[in-house]
Amino acid sequence: MIKFFVNGESYEFAADPETPLLWVLRDYLGLTGTKYGCGRAQCGACTVHVNGVAERSCSIAVKDVAGKRVNTIDDLGNTDPVARAVKAAWLDKDVTQCGYCQPGQVMSAVALLSKNKSPTDAQIDEAMEGNLCRCGTYPRIREAVKSAAAQLRGAKR
Amino acid sequence: MTTNAKSPARRRFLQSSAALAGGLVIGFWLPEGGGRRAFAQGAPKAPDPNAFLRIGKDGTVTVIVKHLEFGQGVTTALPMLVAEELECDWTKVKAELAPAGAAYAHLDFGMQATGGSSSVANSWDQLRTVGAQARTMLVAAAAAQWKVKPEACRAEKGFVTGPGGKRAAYGALAEAAAKQPVPATVALKDPKQFKVIGKATRRIDAADRNDGKLVYGMDVKRPNLHVALVAHAPAFGARISGLGTDKVKAIPGVTHVVEVSGGIAVVAKHFWAAKKARDALELQWDIPPASKLSSEALFAQYKEAAKTPGLPAKKAADPAALAGAAKRVTAEYEFPYLAHAPMEPLNCTVELRGDSAELWVGSQFQTMDHAAAAKTLGLPPEKVKLNTLPAGGGFGRRANPATDYVKEACEIAKAVKVPVKVIWTREDDIRGGYYRPMAVHRVEAGLDAKGAIAGWNHAIVSQSIIAGTPFEPYLVKDGVDHTSVEGTADTPYDIPNLAVSLHTPKNAVPVLWWRSVGHTHTAFVMETMVDELAQAAGQDPLAFRRTLLAKKPRHLAVLDLAAAKAGWGKPLAKGRGRGIAIHESFGSVCAQVAEVSIEGGAVKVHRVVAAIDCGLVVNPLNVEAQVQGAIAYGLSAALFGEITLKDGQVQQSNFHNYRVLALPEMPAVEVHLVASGAGKPAGVGEPGTPPIGPAVANAIAALTGKRPRQLPLSKSKWA
Repeated sequence: MIKFFVNGESYEFAADPETPLLWVLRDYLGLTGTKYGCGRAQCGACTVHVNGVAERSCSIAVKDVAGKRVNTIDDLGNTDPVARAVKAAWLDKDVTQCGYCQPGQVMSAVALLSKNKSPTDAQIDEAMEGNLCRCGTYPRIREAVKSAAAQLRGAKR
Repeated sequence: MTTNAKSPARRRFLQSSAALAGGLVIGFWLPEGGGRRAFAQGAPKAPDPNAFLRIGKDGTVTVIVKHLEFGQGVTTALPMLVAEELECDWTKVKAELAPAGAAYAHLDFGMQATGGSSSVANSWDQLRTVGAQARTMLVAAAAAQWKVKPEACRAEKGFVTGPGGKRAAYGALAEAAAKQPVPATVALKDPKQFKVIGKATRRIDAADRNDGKLVYGMDVKRPNLHVALVAHAPAFGARISGLGTDKVKAIPGVTHVVEVSGGIAVVAKHFWAAKKARDALELQWDIPPASKLSSEALFAQYKEAAKTPGLPAKKAADPAALAGAAKRVTAEYEFPYLAHAPMEPLNCTVELRGDSAELWVGSQFQTMDHAAAAKTLGLPPEKVKLNTLPAGGGFGRRANPATDYVKEACEIAKAVKVPVKVIWTREDDIRGGYYRPMAVHRVEAGLDAKGAIAGWNHAIVSQSIIAGTPFEPYLVKDGVDHTSVEGTADTPYDIPNLAVSLHTPKNAVPVLWWRSVGHTHTAFVMETMVDELAQAAGQDPLAFRRTLLAKKPRHLAVLDLAAAKAGWGKPLAKGRGRGIAIHESFGSVCAQVAEVSIEGGAVKVHRVVAAIDCGLVVNPLNVEAQVQGAIAYGLSAALFGEITLKDGQVQQSNFHNYRVLALPEMPAVEVHLVASGAGKPAGVGEPGTPPIGPAVANAIAALTGKRPRQLPLSKSKWA
């Protein structure tokens, strides 16, 4: 039995401990906001936060999150000012196209801005380079991250 | 402007609309299972859905979108067309994807389909008419209630107002409006009066996408839904010859192992069990010699073929002109197979319930997928409902006349008799074929003594996308597949003595359209060769193109705008090169100027300035997004994209070896719109893709003196 927390609620998983966290979230918990894109941590569509750090849930066995806090896009609280700023910026900059990668993009951006509210271009590149987008929304992702960061810096003062 | 019943499409539309009864406001009645036959069977029961528009009592305006939404923005653009004429409150507009149904046919293709960058253009009159008809009926309903003439009333922002301060919301009028006759003709606005069309409009469904709440095909939930993965043949055309399932049976959750035409399907309660089971299958395959293909051998064969003329797509007025040219340039170009690799891997859910079935799939070809599903399931078409789900990209892959993964899902559902979602893993997607065909071009071009083009002899070698599909009668003429030569034989350049011919080899690799289809390779050849000829003539590449386009003001405007915004002719930073390209596709003209440098032997693209004339612009915010995206998609292919075969096996499998553009590699992109004053929209989704490869290649040539002729560019070390 593997015990862990998903979006603040405790959960116990009794099936194959090697099951990737992604498929536990999607198939067992019905949390389909986290997307399957590649299955080998190459695209970032499955990005979640494990103890606050952006991780690729397709490549983490569920046994490795025992006792840990997993947060997903499905419940990215509107109370968290960083999440709120990122989501607002994503809408304001009209980032999405097909949208399939965007939950993962948002998760990576929130993880970045939770730690660093003044990221440089290079730091944005580094934090977001593992999140692929075939629609090519990259220019607007860059804008949205910067806009959310500026909003957060302003809110802080 | 008044619509009339001149065109057959319009006539069909109005007849059907007029047959409306019940439900709210307007359109065709489409009962579950859809289609004309059911339509003819009588009036629906309220509150049944209508084909294109529903107005709820709360004033919510739901536009039913007949095209697939897969990133191109139709769930915003098409409602904008309705809203313009409906005079509704935009904040109350929603979009819903239409299921497969005859009413939802693409007006040019005659079947329900999304492709050719034509969703907005073919809906342009249709959906504005729907909006105007509905508005007319709402006004008529209000006028009847108030016992005044409709002319005394007006519609604005979701309300009808009348004499003496009378005012009623659309929601309150909707039911009565539905009982009003559908007007046979309606006056549509002059573009000068547009309030919605042309306004930068954010996507109406963005929040659900960002928040993970939007349900894609991959996310469909049904009671007792099983997951199927299929072990496909390791080479195209190989057949299963031995199967061992001993190790599979021990895996908890696995329920079925069945043979289907594409391979061996493993069905389980969850994805992970199905994946483990598929990996545990012991499989032997019979790989016939014709399946043991290699890219190297295919390129050698294609290059040999390119040395001889193929079937003519365009003949030169004077075939001898080239021989008499003062200066000649000969070049050979190589393009690999390309996978579409949409972010959402392919999937299809099928629920078979005895004598009926329901499908959920992100389909670009609902009509074909629906027909194939019914046939495979052995059910009459009216007993099969196909729900269109939003797709995480597609780029042509979900528009497959062979309906491969839909048929596969139906085969499995029929065999196992439980609701099933077939999921292709990323590896299945990359290795599964239906690629942009590989191609070789060979061009011999000559300049006269004054540096003008004297002749151009162009041979293309490419498998046919169209041959063997229902599109063959329309798109293959005298053996020439139009999609193999588009962008060459019909070039807007004034090239004297242009001859284009085509070889169409056949092999086991299935091919398909890929964002911008033939233009993906033809634009590269046309635009890099024109650049090379400009250099040979000692002329500026922009000036050389301007001469060739002297009689094409639309192209000149686009070219000049891109050049001006990019600072063409102005000095560049050290180590930077600049290249230009222009290409016409899908009714639009797009020019791009790229700035590149070479870093560690690899190409780095810093900046792209694009200009586009895509006719009347419905949503400028989305045109910008589509051109940015088209550039990213084309740049992935130009820099890294290749599917290669060795001994019949596809050598790539996932994003680690089928590289696509990542955020740090995305150049700064500026998009400039040419206000051409056109009266109707043209293509937006694809026309930005063709110019980026050649613009980058021409920048590399300007910087290094070497002419890229083999894609992807990462195959070569640049200095």
